[in-house]
Amino acid sequence: MCEVCHKEPATVHITRIVNDQKTEMHLCAQCARERGEVEMNFEPSFAFHNILAGLFEPESTMVSQRNRPVAVRCSRCGMSLADIRRLGKLGCSNCYAQFERELEPLLKRIHQSTDHAGKHPKDRGHDRRDVRREIERLRELLHIAVSKEAYEEAARLRDQIRSLELQAKED
Amino acid sequence: MSLKDIINKTLSQWMKGTGPESDIVIGSRVRLARNLSDVPFPQIADDEQKGYVIKEAKRALQQAKNALGDLEFIPMAEVSPLERQLLVEKHLISPAHTQQVKHKAVILRGDEAVSIMVNEEDHFRIQALFPGLAPFEAWELCSRVDDAFDEVLHFAYGDRFGYLTACPTNVGTGMRASVMMHLPALTMTDQIRKMISAVGKFGLAVRGIYGEGTEVLGNIYQLSNQITLGHSEEEIIRHLYKVTQQVLEHERAARERILAKDRLQLEDRIYRSYGILANARMIATQEAMQRLSDVRLGIDLGIVTGIEPRILQELMVMIRPAHLQKLMGQELDAPARDEKRAALIRERLRGQGR
Repeated sequence: MCEVCHKEPATVHITRIVNDQKTEMHLCAQCARERGEVEMNFEPSFAFHNILAGLFEPESTMVSQRNRPVAVRCSRCGMSLADIRRLGKLGCSNCYAQFERELEPLLKRIHQSTDHAGKHPKDRGHDRRDVRREIERLRELLHIAVSKEAYEEAARLRDQIRSLELQAKED
Repeated sequence: MSLKDIINKTLSQWMKGTGPESDIVIGSRVRLARNLSDVPFPQIADDEQKGYVIKEAKRALQQAKNALGDLEFIPMAEVSPLERQLLVEKHLISPAHTQQVKHKAVILRGDEAVSIMVNEEDHFRIQALFPGLAPFEAWELCSRVDDAFDEVLHFAYGDRFGYLTACPTNVGTGMRASVMMHLPALTMTDQIRKMISAVGKFGLAVRGIYGEGTEVLGNIYQLSNQITLGHSEEEIIRHLYKVTQQVLEHERAARERILAKDRLQLEDRIYRSYGILANARMIATQEAMQRLSDVRLGIDLGIVTGIEPRILQELMVMIRPAHLQKLMGQELDAPARDEKRAALIRERLRGQGR
């Protein structure tokens, strides 16, 4: 029986485990929907990122510890820590480098570790990759960056292309 | 093998009821999250960037042909809403992948053992699905697909955090390995709750059949790793494997105990369920799954004879809304689905068993 309305049979069963604390809820479909526990299209019955957001250190302690402005944004995708906290997701792979220190305690809490111990991509030396192809690929990205007036990104790509072109000549 | 063939073929390889420990374990799945290093993750990427991911996926597919065999690239926008749902019911894509399909795609192998979602939460989600308890095999296949893509693409990877993913819960290996199990006896004896909280302490989680947040149907549970950082893929899978074996042992012991203590009640329950499935004129998914679970337990314990055990996993997919509608060739409302579902189950049971 539904815990909220006590009328309909409970068809939605929610078990949450946060920091080893387990809570259970048994709701009918109607009440679950009203409480925002379930979306019609069988999306995850509760938004995981809400929990994730709670796992971050409170903003104040994070700032005071390192005297860094909260407004720091990822130099690649422009996401701020506040954005990441709100979305529960990072914006791009560079966010991991940009916010490494802030992410550390979060990763520790989720995984009890902060260091990868598994598979890695094959050697990334230039001999493995087709340099011409790589240049072509970067040019395409450069084109996108320019069309979006992302000039910092464009400059970065341009430098990368130049160094690859040099390398291609030497090879 | 085209999408059409895959859609029209009801039985996936993982439903065949083969593989180790297939009396309890239905299937094993491994998925790897991978991203391109120089494009933002899909959630904030713009159309052009997502289009670039699609292009890279196609390029990788071309070049990896020799290593991977024939994989078909299918833009989600070209798949009808009903067929998208069908792919979800077959566990080939996630429910989220059926929404906002512009710039989303799925890459499928003909036997459905490999599927790759493009532009879901991560740029790539590589999945391998095997029948029975075979997580190592699933990992090896996934890893081989990953290697082939790695030859062509530049995946986001950092020496410290490993493979970089949109959600920090996947970072490191980017791997989620899961085992789908039928646990009627642990459920009947209410030991399942204890099991769920116990595996939580080992960094594993239990979910319903369609993954995170879905309800448990027909006593089928998915056990999967939560931790993706700090251990190698093999360690994580070995751990999952060991815990799974423990769960299997408990399930088998519980079956024996019920059989020894309450055989008559158990037989009564199984035959009642059989009677309902063989005669009902309308049946909802939830009840059908519970009854099928009972009958399957009866088959496993030798109480019901002459029915193939795989009827559970076969019907578990075939009686879902999209599959029913596909089979009937028309849209059906809920009462009509209940009617067709009952008819399908009766037909499937006819000529089998007593």
